[in-house]
Amino acid sequence: MSMRTLYACVLVTACGLGANISQAASYADTIATVQPKLVKIYGAGGIRGLEAYQSGLLISADGYVLTVWSYVLDSDVITVTLDDGRKLSAELVGADPRLEIAVLKLKATELPFFNLDAAIGVDVGARVLAFSNMFGVATGNEPSSVLHGVVSAKTELTARRGVFRTTYRGPVYVLDAMTNNPGAAGGALTDRQGRLTGLLGKELRNAQSNVWLNYALPIEELVAAVEDIKAGKTRPRSAADDVKRPVDAHSLAELGLALVPDVLPKTPPFIDRVVRDSPAGKAGLRPDDLVLFVNGRIVNSCRMLADELATLDRLEEVRLIVQRENDLVEVVLGGP
Amino acid sequence: MRMLILAMLLTIAPCTRALAIDVPESVLAAEQQRIAAIAKASACTISVFSPGGGGGGSGVLISPDGYAVTNFHVAKPSGNFMKCSLPDGNLYDAVIVGLDPTGDVALIKLVGRTDFPVATVADSDQVQAGDWCFAIGNPFLLATDFQPTVTYGIISGVQRYQYPAGTLLEYTDCLQTDAAINPGNSGGPLFNAAGDLIGINGRGSFEKRGRVNVGVGYAISINQVMHFLGDLKSGRIVDHATLGASVATDDSGRVTVTNILDSSDAYRRGLRYGDEIIALGGRAIGTANALKNVLGIYPKGWRIPLSYRRDGQRFDTYVRLAGVHSREELWELVQGPTPAEDDPQHPDGKKPQGPKLPKIPIPQLPKQDAAPEAVAKLFQEKPGYANYYFNALERERVWNALLTHTNCLGRTGTWELRGALADGGEFALQLRDDGVTAKWPNAGYSFDTEHDFDAQLAPEHSGGLLVALHVWRRMLVRGPAQFGDVFYHGQAPLPEHPGLFDVLVGTHQVVETRFLFAESDGQLVALEMFPDVQVDPCELYFSDFRAVDGQALPHVIEVRHGERVFATLKLEQITLPAATPEDASEEDAP
Repeated sequence: MSMRTLYACVLVTACGLGANISQAASYADTIATVQPKLVKIYGAGGIRGLEAYQSGLLISADGYVLTVWSYVLDSDVITVTLDDGRKLSAELVGADPRLEIAVLKLKATELPFFNLDAAIGVDVGARVLAFSNMFGVATGNEPSSVLHGVVSAKTELTARRGVFRTTYRGPVYVLDAMTNNPGAAGGALTDRQGRLTGLLGKELRNAQSNVWLNYALPIEELVAAVEDIKAGKTRPRSAADDVKRPVDAHSLAELGLALVPDVLPKTPPFIDRVVRDSPAGKAGLRPDDLVLFVNGRIVNSCRMLADELATLDRLEEVRLIVQRENDLVEVVLGGP
Repeated sequence: MRMLILAMLLTIAPCTRALAIDVPESVLAAEQQRIAAIAKASACTISVFSPGGGGGGSGVLISPDGYAVTNFHVAKPSGNFMKCSLPDGNLYDAVIVGLDPTGDVALIKLVGRTDFPVATVADSDQVQAGDWCFAIGNPFLLATDFQPTVTYGIISGVQRYQYPAGTLLEYTDCLQTDAAINPGNSGGPLFNAAGDLIGINGRGSFEKRGRVNVGVGYAISINQVMHFLGDLKSGRIVDHATLGASVATDDSGRVTVTNILDSSDAYRRGLRYGDEIIALGGRAIGTANALKNVLGIYPKGWRIPLSYRRDGQRFDTYVRLAGVHSREELWELVQGPTPAEDDPQHPDGKKPQGPKLPKIPIPQLPKQDAAPEAVAKLFQEKPGYANYYFNALERERVWNALLTHTNCLGRTGTWELRGALADGGEFALQLRDDGVTAKWPNAGYSFDTEHDFDAQLAPEHSGGLLVALHVWRRMLVRGPAQFGDVFYHGQAPLPEHPGLFDVLVGTHQVVETRFLFAESDGQLVALEMFPDVQVDPCELYFSDFRAVDGQALPHVIEVRHGERVFATLKLEQITLPAATPEDASEEDAP
């Protein structure tokens, strides 16, 4: 090779290097635009491997937060830490037990947020970034963790938690990024431009292969439910609500359920006994199950559960979601 | 069958041609650049195997003469010697040099070459979340063919803090990556997209799937490792730093002092309960973790800038960092079992274990082979040291560098120094083996070696100028071998002086003195004489070196104590005695 050819080669390589800097560009700038819209959520847990934290997304300037519905939110005090380190207490607005999502509300204004209506769908093979506070690595104003990956598939969720099938069977993005980690649920899945496309889901195993699933719920599947929650359709009923009470309503006795003694203003509605061959017995409810939802509405005390049943006509079915150890179980009682 | 293969070939051929046409130049160039970066980075990555073959990890070469960095929790189970493979297919013997059990770093030295390929060290403070990076190493000890494994990912977070096990294996200011970090990657390098070294992989967050990668690996920042490199080369078991104060983040996001030891340097520099810490080591402090991050990257004894605020007023000073452990504590901790062995957070290079089998003693098991001669001669045991051989080596290097400028060995007669003080008046000093006499403009002082040094700290507010001058002369005329107990400490910065300085620490009578030598030319540029560990030293800063009798000696000596300059001595005349021949030779060659 002559000197001149060598020189030409060097030039070509140098140009190549220059060109590829944009190709292999860092995601740093994109990440900087996304991080302020993420929050760290702290609540119940901290025992037996149940982490007391998860992730969430700001979805409005006035402090609505989208996250997953989990035991972490089953607490009188839910604390949310913003990206700038501010700690705020959050109120649970409501939850959708089928999608296992929840909406919180912070008292704040002028927050950066993801506009759910502007969320995009992505195709299989798309490069994505997953933001979350997995393992609680970040505290205070420290930014969330970011993983990179590819959408491996868009498919119906076939998953289980413990031995139970999950209630949501709709489409999910399956990822090759390791999002199946403690605290990651409620985090954001974005494309390479930082545009929101999914909500990182809870820790689940594939029902068929038993492997842990890395997945996100497409935002488009959640938008309607989030609107319902914000509109108050799933929130706990308050005394101010004007409800029609049927003459012949459901009751605990009729369903075959006895709860633990109601000794506190807010005794958690744990099932104490189940009458065999009753609707509750047939549906497979067990002592020690904790009732969380009645027909999609949160009940957080024995009294609220009894009151809620009293609003339902005995001819209607009752859909309960109960917590059994670490698992959520959905059962249907009675009905035609 | 043949038909089938032919058919497949026919289908593949047009495809590949089509692909070749479709790929944009920039993508091909990026691919070439990535290949080049990985090739460059692989060359300096080593796989570490313990001599018994039971464990191991990874490492990275940082100097052509074979110094390599790995994890403490990789080196420690291997003992003092290990085998290291390079991707070129060669296996080299290596010896332990220095240990940093708190920072989980070990320095080892490979032998057999003076032209080892070395990593290009990057500035890890420039790394940002979202940058591409890759790890190279020996996951699951797969590199039995000496070929390391490359895993690619992005930086998931920077300035992460991961809690220690007890007081050891604390990961401060570390890099978090989603590049796969598995057991055996420990001690190995993390590179940026250009193939420059940014960190040392050593830890991950694991949970339900056992100790395999779940996308959350941590690397010690290479800037931290470089801060400790001088200390590690000293062959010591090195210590980390504390401020001597505890802090908490209050609701408004201020980091305030909640407790402070009145024996700490921070206290002497004015820091008090309730003060708000604004910055440390040049970095703004907004959380308690941020403070722990800064403290974790500096060795014990460094002086780093501290800014704090009280009643709206800001104070800027330099604080001397105290050690986390005593030397005895460190020694005991290192003798004991490595915490990593019980700690699921640390991929220490063991293969994933099934159910535990009972251990069956095999009495005939052959004893492990003795270390090969090439590395055995580079090892010297001494309590408190990982390998004393390297301490003696570095001490000689520093001393010999000074001798090229200044050789006053054996000039044990009286030294006469005359000159003027910068703020007026003349002085005269007489330095002898048995003491110092000083004439000051309005006073006279003396010091004699018959009495305790720490009781003769004249002149007042100097911190012990006469003692400091005495130990300075003593080092120059006797050398480290005859001064007293002298060891190489490592490298440290000096406030308002660029670069790092080699530090020899000498103990004579009851005083401990740190001698600081310029890294560039080896000249002795400062000393700090501590009459006691809990008081400010007398600091001498030497400059304006000019030849006296053929030896470079300082003609300006600035004397500092605490925050203040006590005096600046401008020397006009230095009279040296001739060397006494019998004293001129050093006895105690290492």
